[in-house]
Amino acid sequence: MKIIVLTTVIPDLIEELEISPDGKSLDKTYLRYIPNELDDHALEEALLLKERHGGEVVVLALNIREETDEMLFAALAKGADKAVKINGDFEGIDNHAKAKILRKVLENFEFDLILTGVQTVEDIDGYVGPLLASYLAIPYVGVVSGVSYLKDTLLVKKELPGGLLTEMEVSIPCVLGIQAAENPPRYVAISRLRQMMRTAKLEEFQCEKEKNGKIEIKKVFKPEIAGKAEMIVGEPEEIVEKIVKILEEKGIIK
Amino acid sequence: MKGDIFVLVEHLKGEISDITFELLSCGKAIKEQTGGTLFAILLGHNLKSLIPDLGCADKVIYVDDENLSEFSPEAYKMVLVHLLREKDFLFFLVGNTSYGMDIASALAAELEVSCVVNCKDFRFEEDNFIFITQTHGGKILNEVSVPNKAVISILPGSFSAEEGKREGSPSIEEIKSPVSLSTLKVRFKRIIEPEITDVDISKQNILVSVGRGIQSKDNIPLVEELAQLLGGVVGSTRPVIDQGWLPLSRLIGRSGKAVKPKLYLALGISGALEHQEGMKGSELIIAVNTDPTAPIFDIAHYGVEKDLFEIVPLIVQRLKERKGS
Repeated sequence: MKIIVLTTVIPDLIEELEISPDGKSLDKTYLRYIPNELDDHALEEALLLKERHGGEVVVLALNIREETDEMLFAALAKGADKAVKINGDFEGIDNHAKAKILRKVLENFEFDLILTGVQTVEDIDGYVGPLLASYLAIPYVGVVSGVSYLKDTLLVKKELPGGLLTEMEVSIPCVLGIQAAENPPRYVAISRLRQMMRTAKLEEFQCEKEKNGKIEIKKVFKPEIAGKAEMIVGEPEEIVEKIVKILEEKGIIK
Repeated sequence: MKGDIFVLVEHLKGEISDITFELLSCGKAIKEQTGGTLFAILLGHNLKSLIPDLGCADKVIYVDDENLSEFSPEAYKMVLVHLLREKDFLFFLVGNTSYGMDIASALAAELEVSCVVNCKDFRFEEDNFIFITQTHGGKILNEVSVPNKAVISILPGSFSAEEGKREGSPSIEEIKSPVSLSTLKVRFKRIIEPEITDVDISKQNILVSVGRGIQSKDNIPLVEELAQLLGGVVGSTRPVIDQGWLPLSRLIGRSGKAVKPKLYLALGISGALEHQEGMKGSELIIAVNTDPTAPIFDIAHYGVEKDLFEIVPLIVQRLKERKGS
């Protein structure tokens, strides 16, 4: 089975987020980028499928930040067969434009299955998976946490509210938006990653920018901290004393 | 600005999901600004009995087809594209749920209209709709100007379900599927119920819940001990489950259980909206997190800006002393 995995880097939310002076985007100079965790799950699911059924895993990423290289090398170190970096002027592109660029790039690849994380923390104008599937005129199922391969079809588990799952049979080729792989994403040792960065090569594509969707971001801002929580301050011992008192008052401990 | 507003009815196991009423409530609020008709679109099979619950809508379009008995992103998309292509609609509202996340972007792409996901609220100013969307795990909000004709996906919990619940007798247009659904590429097989070999976290009075801040599986026994001392159990957020540190049965939030315990102790949980959806109705929420900007502090009653490992061992010790005395 030929599997394409779409990955991207996203801002690390542990870092403080700053708004740029025009108030319409995040100030990128202070942002650190990390691989989208859900894409990591998509890669893991792809590698599991390859281990079970053979085939090939190709990882694609738009080169939106310098951290993209390391993410792609890490994918190779984990067992992907090929990593492809798509270069171009991608400043300010939205998911509509991303999906159109990916559609063009995919003309150069044969595939049975495209896996990607079901969402990123930056999505506003829709999700890349279903947009791309529509542009390619192939089926899409998202919020997926299990994929098994039968002959020419996939058995896909999709999460519903309340811990329910719905199982669907999906014809290939298709796009799946992964919520969680069957196993936690595999770990790659730094030494192995460094070695990969020295020895392996990324395949590169050059792509034209595509048009964004029709919505317009007017303003980006941080939510007012509702400040609903009453903060308990002091040394840890004092804090714990106060917590215990609250629990007593509420009758939770006697 | 004029135009009709359409709402997708979400149902599971023969019952209308709460998000539907939240969408109707949002649709009603939009209608107050613009006029037009509020439509509810119900796709299913033998579900006519659900229609009276949709009294908040002016009109219900009910498409009955056995291939619509259960949700299929493909079948839903095909029918909706047919229904909406000729219509001069203002907005099509879906939930930012497992269903809506499959539908919204795909429908927008097919109809060549705009799409905005993760919407929390809207504003109408100078004849223009501005939707407020949430990104970056709830740490950033965006004001988005949206042209007429757009698919909008609404975060659960953003509008009042009560407002959208009204018994009534909306006018009904019952039709067969306008498009053949006999050769689908996505075919429903079955619903899998969660295994009930574990405790039911939705029935607990005390929940000690852990997020990414727990750092490692090795630290789970520490919070297990705390939960036991408090007479509760351990629940968790998505990343903890995905790492395999706790079973899926302990998941609280959008894909997991909704809980309303007497005490919800949130340890190392940032409070992404997916998680909040499942626990914000808790009677008492105490959150411990090192990040003062974590959204969990917006909904917690009490907050502690500390590392959970500084606090939890001390609570455990304190509770043991009390038991001993």
